[in-house]
Amino acid sequence: MASKVIQAFYNDDDVLMHAVKKVKAAKHHIEEVYCPFPVHGLDKAMGLEPTRIAITSFMYGCVGLTVAIVMMNYIMIEDWPQDIGGKPSFSYIENMPAFVPIMFELTVFFAAHLMVITFYLRSRLWPFKKAENPDVRTTDDHFVMEIEVHDNESQLRDLLAGTGAVEINISEKDLH
Amino acid sequence: MASHYEAPIRKPLVIGDKGYHDVTVDIAAPIEGRANKHWWIVFSIALAAFLWGVGCIIYTVSTGIGTWGLNKTVNWAWDITNFVWWVGIGHAGTLISAVLLLFRQKWRMAINRSAEAMTIFSVIQAGLFPIIHMGRPWLAYWVLPIPNQFGSLWVNFNSPLLWDVFAISTYLSVSLVFWWTGLLPDFAMLRDRAILPFQKKIYGLLSFGWSGRAKDWQRFEEVSLVLAGLATPLVLSVHTIVSFDFATSVIPGWHTTIFPPYFVAGAIFSGFAMVNTLLIIMRKVCHLEDYITVQHIELMNIVIMITGSIVGCAYITELFMAWYSGVEYEQYAFLNRATGPYWWAYWAMMTCNVFSPQFMWFKKLRTSIMFSFFISIVVNIGMWFERFVIIVTSLHRDYLPSSWTMFSPTFVDIGIFVGTIGFFFVLFLLYSRTFPVIAQAEVKSILKSSGSKYKKLRDAGQPLYQISSDAPRTNVKDVVEEPITDDVLMGEVKLPKGDKTGVNELLSTIGTFDATTETADDLKKVKGIGPKMEQTLNQIGIFTFAQVARMTSKEYDLLDSITEAFPGRAQRDDWAGQAKILNNKK
Repeated sequence: MASKVIQAFYNDDDVLMHAVKKVKAAKHHIEEVYCPFPVHGLDKAMGLEPTRIAITSFMYGCVGLTVAIVMMNYIMIEDWPQDIGGKPSFSYIENMPAFVPIMFELTVFFAAHLMVITFYLRSRLWPFKKAENPDVRTTDDHFVMEIEVHDNESQLRDLLAGTGAVEINISEKDLH
Repeated sequence: MASHYEAPIRKPLVIGDKGYHDVTVDIAAPIEGRANKHWWIVFSIALAAFLWGVGCIIYTVSTGIGTWGLNKTVNWAWDITNFVWWVGIGHAGTLISAVLLLFRQKWRMAINRSAEAMTIFSVIQAGLFPIIHMGRPWLAYWVLPIPNQFGSLWVNFNSPLLWDVFAISTYLSVSLVFWWTGLLPDFAMLRDRAILPFQKKIYGLLSFGWSGRAKDWQRFEEVSLVLAGLATPLVLSVHTIVSFDFATSVIPGWHTTIFPPYFVAGAIFSGFAMVNTLLIIMRKVCHLEDYITVQHIELMNIVIMITGSIVGCAYITELFMAWYSGVEYEQYAFLNRATGPYWWAYWAMMTCNVFSPQFMWFKKLRTSIMFSFFISIVVNIGMWFERFVIIVTSLHRDYLPSSWTMFSPTFVDIGIFVGTIGFFFVLFLLYSRTFPVIAQAEVKSILKSSGSKYKKLRDAGQPLYQISSDAPRTNVKDVVEEPITDDVLMGEVKLPKGDKTGVNELLSTIGTFDATTETADDLKKVKGIGPKMEQTLNQIGIFTFAQVARMTSKEYDLLDSITEAFPGRAQRDDWAGQAKILNNKK
């Protein structure tokens, strides 16, 4: 589906923030903002929900810890219990201190890697993925605010022109 | 703006008059430029050392560990010394990117990328040693807990050596994804700047299609923060577990509870020294003095001084505990270290690690680049000797005096060590030419608070930005499917005959004829313009010599494409030149 969008280019993060607030105050939905670096407070100003990626990391960490406990219990206690140095492996609780390093490492391993994989998939980042930033300058020093046009082109154009935009583009865009 | 406020007392972290675009240009410059002679010389030396090391490794694996200087008393020596040394160096990167991120230290941003690269490259070197020492490296997968054909005999999870396998693999892989995630926006910057299709393709592939959406950045920052929170205990756990390799044994001099904190402090100490060594050279070679400033070097020197002092305290504590424990084996181990046949190694360690960092109390010395570089090398040497002292001097005089012996490395021991140094520098040098060596996106985010350009504006009471009231440039692009025409031949664009836009474009550059104020010239006077051509020119709107005189090769081509008569004629006859003379004679 193709839709018409208006893209306002800014060359300063503070000007962008003012513009975002102004556009939000005028009750327009901001489709997207492309930035070359993280602008603090932009997500709140745009009305984005807070990310839940840290929660997934916690859950993945719990999975990792569980995997470690189950694995240690099976390998060291149940499947092949050994008596090493007069310290027999017959009880998980009693032998647990020796497994703390493994439990810790697997917790971190699962939490870190699965969170990063989640991030890559949710943000659609993977090798051979085509970049979707509308202009090459958005990774250098330009910020682009993108708003969908619904028969209010001139109104939007006037509004954005007053926000200190350096360039305004109106184009058709394919939405994935 | 309040969000960019920073106390005026803080010195700028980015010096020079830098805006956002300047940061991009400066950081892309070493990648887009060509390698100079020095780079090729150093790279060749490193490559030669690496190949020498590969040869020694092949010799070791094909012949056996007997090619090393090990004997039945000293059964661990250079291999484990080098392993611990490299792992230790690998601690600074994640410490800088994780711990300093949690403490919101902005100065980490200029150095974290290279420090993390150093971490990854040095952990790779470290990992080589245990694998080679296995003797049959193709069976390295036996350290993994996998069911095997010998019945259900598992690896021993009570052994610190196995904990090490898990700790170091986790550390390497987590550091790698932490590094790579931070690299995505910077690869995207290089991708969008690339001119050659090959570079565009490669950086497009490496950047995973990073587009910099607001939601991506929100997740990016959260992921960085959580990874930092995970990596901080991880980095402390790795060297703790390495120290368990020694501390859980019953060898005098190894069996000490102080080892974990002592090893971690030593690792940070040696890691920062190596960061200083690398970055002092890199800032010069890549012209990054505005980003990696003397202040950065000074702060790293302070970390070296503090961790060096912690290490010094640990050395003295060890000596005290040996005496206080009343265990004569323990007491002898330390007496032997300081006064035995390896006294020189012990005192080299003491001088380099405890004494030399104390110079950093003097501001003049810790802000001197040459002196910092010198001390960083001294610390690297000292930390290698620390591991050598701990390992070899504890082993060479064991419980049985009849087996007391000395250790001397063979050329293979030395060759493998030199080879890993070569390998490390090969990787680092390649990295410095192909990767953005500074986290430019992060540096841009602190530019307004910590860049000297904006600090000066703030001091002068001027605004950091202005909302311009100029009307923005507006482009309306209606995406209309372009019809495929036969006119397009071999990539040459030809306008269709009588094309309206072509005519308009032509007239816009040479001027229009106004019949009410001007009179038409006899264009036939121009050699090459006949009655037919005059008619055509008049049809297009060209009537005067002045108009013809303004024509350049661009207009000639446009004219050719419109009239489709006598291509190239106008240029050959120089209509414009003739028209100019005729116009002057008029």
